[in-house]
Order: sequence, then structure tokens, then C-alpha cells
Amino acid sequence: MSIPFYVSPEQLMQDKAEYARKGIARGKSIVALEYDKGIALVAENPSQLSKIGEIYDRIAFAGVGKFSEFDQLRKVGVRFCDVKGYAYSREDVRAKALANAYSQAIGDVFTRELKPLEVEVIVAEVGDPRLVGHEDNVMYRVQFDGSISDHHGWCGIGGTVESIEAHLKNHYRPGLPLGEVLRIGRDALSAAANGSASIAPERLEVCTLDRERAGRKFRRASADEVRAILA
Amino acid sequence: MFFRGKYSGSSFVELLDVDFPHLRATLPERWAQEAAPAVPHGTTVLAMRCADGVLVAGDRLATEGHRVASRDLQKVYPTDAHSLIAIAGAAGPCIEMARMLRIELEHYEKIEGEALELEGKANKLSQMVRANLPAAMQGLVVVPIFAGYDLRRRVGRLWKYDVTGGRYEEAEFEASGSGGLYARESLKKSWRPGLSREEALRVALQALADAADEDRATGGVDLVRGIFPIVCYCSAPGTEELDRETIERVYRGSVEIARSRAAGA
Repeated sequence: MSIPFYVSPEQLMQDKAEYARKGIARGKSIVALEYDKGIALVAENPSQLSKIGEIYDRIAFAGVGKFSEFDQLRKVGVRFCDVKGYAYSREDVRAKALANAYSQAIGDVFTRELKPLEVEVIVAEVGDPRLVGHEDNVMYRVQFDGSISDHHGWCGIGGTVESIEAHLKNHYRPGLPLGEVLRIGRDALSAAANGSASIAPERLEVCTLDRERAGRKFRRASADEVRAILA
Repeated sequence: MFFRGKYSGSSFVELLDVDFPHLRATLPERWAQEAAPAVPHGTTVLAMRCADGVLVAGDRLATEGHRVASRDLQKVYPTDAHSLIAIAGAAGPCIEMARMLRIELEHYEKIEGEALELEGKANKLSQMVRANLPAAMQGLVVVPIFAGYDLRRRVGRLWKYDVTGGRYEEAEFEASGSGGLYARESLKKSWRPGLSREEALRVALQALADAADEDRATGGVDLVRGIFPIVCYCSAPGTEELDRETIERVYRGSVEIARSRAAGA
């Protein structure tokens, strides 16, 4: 067996982080925004392969980076939540536990495996005003190294998060209706992607967690609906 | 659990079987035969095709032998936006099967990003009923009716099952449970093609009343406690449970007609 070259842990981590960042930056960013009746998730995605998905009654998922990797995470998340809701009760399924599980799993791959996951995910949960202690919206962002953060108002993921944040800091206000929030989200994505021109509605993937829906709060907006809302 | 699960398909039942067998408790080999009557049994449910969908209804009584186990059991469950299950048989396994079917359909839809076809859902239930056969042989029978709105064909459809998982599509109506025979006889007289929602509700309440009249295990309307049958309607916009006021109004209308007929007016 040949003796491998010595690489310092710092160097190793840095290389992995750079590799993951590069992979993530190749794709387009996603933003989740709170509106007056829930949470809207907006992605620039002209393809049929969704980046946003339903996890549970009040929980949605969004992922950027390598499709196969974040889609696998989405499916594992659905299994995790469905089993938990079956074994306990539907209200025991919470975004925090899921975001933590993602953080553990992604962080584990980052430290143990040669290749880190080139993904970043959002776990969003809409509040239910009828359940004491469950009233508030929460949004978690989990990065490629497993670091986790919670967000209020909005939460972005992807290679252009800085410019999205810069845009939202100036334009986002809490309590806006869905149409307004979608416009702000689209403008933030447009500004981050190419500077000026707005992204066409048919290139947007829009999903909502609507607090006022009965049961499952997740809803995917059709292209026509998006066009109508943005018009 | 997170990445360690071995299962990678889209079925929740299989996921439990492969990765969480401890959540899939099965009956001991020889258990029931004599114990079976001691568990609550749900009785009469029915479904019928209407002009623009299907109507599914059930009484509320659960019995343990000759005793009342529950007066307000739910026997009709929406399984997703466009399908319903109505259950008759041993209440415990019945409710579990309804719950499992709902999770199964929802799980598939979330994993695949697309809901199953109505026929696919009906077939899935067939496998679940078949898997229950060993318990059915020991007296814990589950005989559901599955109904829904077929979004591809734009029509309401319904299926009945036998204990072996045999699945039979019915073009008109079906009733199951201890009072099922009487409900079916009633439906045979009053059902016709193209019923409106309101007409179908009247026909369903009449059939349940006829079943309760002949079968002691089927519950009638309980005006003292305000317990009415559960009635759900499924059509293109989705599934809805009819509110108590509507059911009560139609019920009282039928009672008036029956009373004046009895008085010879």
C-alpha cells in the first residue's frame, strides 16, 4: 500500500467547501417568503423537474444544487415525516426535527465522505393559529456542510444568496399579500440572476403553504395561476 | 433512520415492512375465534353513483355483540382530495386500514409528485384487504367500499371488496355491513341514474333508515344526542363532508312524508 500524501484537515475542509460551493453556484437560487396568509416558495425553474416539494401537512421543502442529491433528501424527508406522523400524531411532525435531521445527515456526509453533497435546502413550516404553540411560521436553511440557521420574513438558498438578500432587505415588508410577495421574490431572483429583466412567469416554480387551507397546506401553483397572480 | 433506510420505493406500507417492522404489529397465530365478538364492529355503509360524482354514507353505530360500543363512530373517511373509503367490519382493523390507505396515497403522491389514478388507488386497497385475510379468518373482517371521482374519465366510480381482496367495480350502488342487505334492497327501489346531490342524499338517508329498521346493529338518527349519519360527496372540485344542517333538513323532510303516508293522507 502506498503512503498517501499528508493533507491538513483545514485544507481538506476548505477544498470540500469550495467544491460544494461551485456545484451549488451552477444552479439557480430559490427564495421562501412569508406573506399575510402563509409562506410562498419561488424558484426560477423552466424544467419539469421540481425543486420545491410537499413534505407534510404544514411543511415544504426546497433544494438547490445537484438535482439527484436534493431530490433524494426530499424523499428521505417525506419518509421521515410520514413514519413519525404514523407512529405518533400528525401534529408531532415539526420542521425543526426535520431540519435537524437534514443538518446531521448533510454534515455527516461533509466530514466523512470524500465528496460532499452539493446541495442547500430550505425546510419551511407554516403556523396553525388554532394550535397553541404552533402559531408561528418557521424557515430553516441547511447548507452543504450541515450548518443550520432559522429565518424570519424570507430565506434564500443558492449561489446568489447575497444579492437576493441585498434586494429583499430594501423591498420586503412583513404582512404583504401573495401577489406582492411573489413580485418581490421574482425581482430578487431576477436581480440576482441577470441584473435587470424580470423572469417570465412560465419560468417560475411557485408553491405555497397556505394557512387557510384545510388539512394539507401545500399547493403548487400552475403556470396560469402564476401569470394571473403576477399580472 | 435518516439515510440508513433500505427502502427506496414509493409505498408507505412497504416502507414500514422493510425499515420499520416494529410498527407493523400482526396478530398472534391463534387469537381471535372466541375473542372476535368482543371487539367493536361497525355496520352499514353505502355508496352510489350520481350525476357528477359519488355519494358515500354510513351510520354511526358500533356494536360489541349485543352491546353498543360507540354511538358516533366515523365509518366514511376521505383518503385524498378525490377518493373515499367506507368501512364495515371489525372497527379497529377497519379504522387502521382507512388511515393506512390515506397515508399510502398521500405518501405516493408526495414521493412521485403525482397522485395515483383512481383505479390504482382501488387496486392498492385490494392488496391491503388481502393482507388482512389471516385476521379475517379469525373473525376480524374488513369489507370496505372504495369510491371516488375519476379525473381522467370525469365520472364517479365505486368498488366493493370481499375478504380475499377481490375487487368488483359497481356501476350503480353498493352497500356493505350487517345492514348492507337491507340498504341495498332500499337502494334498488329508489336509485336511478343521474341523481343530483340532494336527491342522492335523500336516497342514502332512506336506505340507512331502512337498514336501521331491519338490522339491530345499524344505528338510526339520534335526535336526542344530535347524531346523524356521515355523508360525503366527491366530484370534480373534490371531496366534501355534508354539514349536519343539510342532512337534518333532508331527514326531517323524509320523516314528514313518511308520517303523512302512514296517516293515509
